[in-house]
Amino acid sequence: MSLLWIKNGRVIDPATKRDKTGDIFIASGKFVKSLTAAQKKQAAKLDARGLVVCPGLVDIHVHFREPGQTHKETILTGSQAAAAGGFTTVVCMPNTSPPADNAGTVELINNAARHAAVHVYPTGCITTGMKGEQLAPHGSLKKAGVVAITDDGLCVESNELMRRAVEYAKMFDLTVLDHCQDESLTKKAVMNEGTVSTRLGLQGWPHAAEDIIVARNIILSAYSGAHIHMQHISSAMSVELVRRAKKDGINVTAEATPHHIALTEEALGTYDTNFKMNPPLRTEKDRNAIVAGLRDGTLDCIGTDHAPHTPDEKDREFDYAPNGITGLETALPVCLDVLVRKNKFKLPYVIDLMTRRAANLLKLPAGTLAPGAVADVCLFDPDEIWLYDARKGFSKSLNSPWTGQKLTGRVKTTIVSGKVVYANGRLI
Amino acid sequence: MPWHRKHLLTIEELSRAEIEQLLATAGAFRRILDRKVKKVPALRGKTVVNLFLEPSTRTRISFEMAAKLLSADFISFDAAASSTTKGETLRDTAQNIQALNADMIVLRHSASGSPLYLSRVLGIPVINAGDGAHEHPTQALLDVFTMREKLGNLTDRKIVILGDILFSRVARSNIHALTKLGADVTIVGPSTLVPHWFESLGVKVSHHLRSALADADVVMLLRIQHERQAAGHFPSLNEYTSMFGLNKTRAEWIKPDAIIMHPGPINRGVEIDSDLADSPRSVILQQVTNGIAVRMAVLYLCAGGQPEHVLTPVE
Repeated sequence: MSLLWIKNGRVIDPATKRDKTGDIFIASGKFVKSLTAAQKKQAAKLDARGLVVCPGLVDIHVHFREPGQTHKETILTGSQAAAAGGFTTVVCMPNTSPPADNAGTVELINNAARHAAVHVYPTGCITTGMKGEQLAPHGSLKKAGVVAITDDGLCVESNELMRRAVEYAKMFDLTVLDHCQDESLTKKAVMNEGTVSTRLGLQGWPHAAEDIIVARNIILSAYSGAHIHMQHISSAMSVELVRRAKKDGINVTAEATPHHIALTEEALGTYDTNFKMNPPLRTEKDRNAIVAGLRDGTLDCIGTDHAPHTPDEKDREFDYAPNGITGLETALPVCLDVLVRKNKFKLPYVIDLMTRRAANLLKLPAGTLAPGAVADVCLFDPDEIWLYDARKGFSKSLNSPWTGQKLTGRVKTTIVSGKVVYANGRLI
Repeated sequence: MPWHRKHLLTIEELSRAEIEQLLATAGAFRRILDRKVKKVPALRGKTVVNLFLEPSTRTRISFEMAAKLLSADFISFDAAASSTTKGETLRDTAQNIQALNADMIVLRHSASGSPLYLSRVLGIPVINAGDGAHEHPTQALLDVFTMREKLGNLTDRKIVILGDILFSRVARSNIHALTKLGADVTIVGPSTLVPHWFESLGVKVSHHLRSALADADVVMLLRIQHERQAAGHFPSLNEYTSMFGLNKTRAEWIKPDAIIMHPGPINRGVEIDSDLADSPRSVILQQVTNGIAVRMAVLYLCAGGQPEHVLTPVE
């Protein structure tokens, strides 16, 4: 029986309302209340003095590109980046090649996930080929192990199809995650529409395109009772729409990315493609609204939308570069900076947004240090200042807006099912 | 003040003093264009490459003329016949041109920001000959040059830019140049092509032609490209002409001595009546000639020349 004794850390577990300096104990991959004197002698010891000890972080929005785009990332390298960022549970989007719209592809992903550094869960497509024309076999996908369905990267444009999708998926208790973008309003768009796009001569993506689909989804959720989750909310009006819907008791949830709470469109002044993503960075007003949405619970969790692309793919004219940035290795320090340091959120609350709340959304067995739970742990130094260099990171790609920048807060050790998988800059 | 820029990427990044330097240098070259022998040896031994990845006639030929009058060797890169159609990246294409010993690249590209991108990749000067809907710096310089020729100082002069502003790089570069020179700029056209966002660039936004044209010193018309991006932004060319086309009646609204400009190519009978385009108030062809002098100045300065060497005439 493998035993681990993590000593003298600031133990934060929002699920059990714990925030106190103390110890946690792990036996055979699960948390236990304590160890016997004999076990304590035998146990491996980890000194957590000065560190925060919290549940392993949970990210319900990553792109690991396998199968088919493994030049960008693989389930192994993506999971290693996750481990380095303190994440122990991640949910992969299905926009692979081929897309995960069938049980066979999901099986392929699950096979690779067995060798991953952290727990990796697949999602399946809402529509066949993500084409928005016909429902994918949600039942078979569920049997194959998907934890949600989504056409992430693309929005289900047809209201009729979206209605059928949420009603059908509800039968299998599958949450529908939607990328909210009315594509008729965003043809050729590469950044937020506004004063900056006007100055740069780039085609604008008006926030109205997101708001319209958020409103549509709220209405369909109210009509059908199905749970619809809005991915990566980027606009102030969308936050307000979700806030009102929740007040009305409608079964919708929403997430925010670290980049939409940390950055605005002003960062695009030099056409740096490492700031190009979809939905795009918006204004300070939007950024503040998203932070406020996280504060009052309108937005349920943080999701990174970790979207690796190779340097060659990103090194082009802004119009032609693909959307997306990596995020797993920088999410925690970025959230600590924006939410805790700048917006005075309580640290346990931010941890809650990145652990239990994310896990609960999709009913994943993660996000707590409670005895009996799977022993996934993140140990981090909230005050360490370090230079993030994407080339020294673990993702296969380097497309981070934070590369070359000093970040505050650093993951020291990541534990998955009781085993140390990452410690002091190294994978174990 | 010495000229220190190697690239000309935008008007936005230029100071007023730099714009004045460019205009003064262009003035010197403009005088040369009136001589019998127009060629000067300023860029002898240098090779200028036009890398035009988007169709252009006027600007392409104007740069060619400018380079040749400066005695530079000149090569034009035809996008249709090039390896870009085989999937070569802009970086690779440009680096190959540099490796072929080009001394300067003049870039025309449909993607905004690509000249800035190229300037980071290459060691040689990059001149922006128009990037997407972003900027067209030499066009704005030749426009401002022509306005000054006709009107003198532009401070507080009322300049109206009329047409498709949203997709226009000419409009953006002119807005930056004119506001830096203290002019009073109004942009006017259909609300879908003249969005309010432009107010952040320091101009007035109008959709009412008569009040916008009142007392204008300059009316600059922009081409309406209904066949391209602007499709869907207004109902039809006929409707545009009836609401915003410049005709004789509407030309009465501007000052009697005001000038009419157009960067070309003109849609006769759409944004402007044929008669007006050919009237003495139109300076459209002078713009074209001045364009050569402005581009000579840009090539000369970015190649390392200094204004004072041409301001005291070279012989």
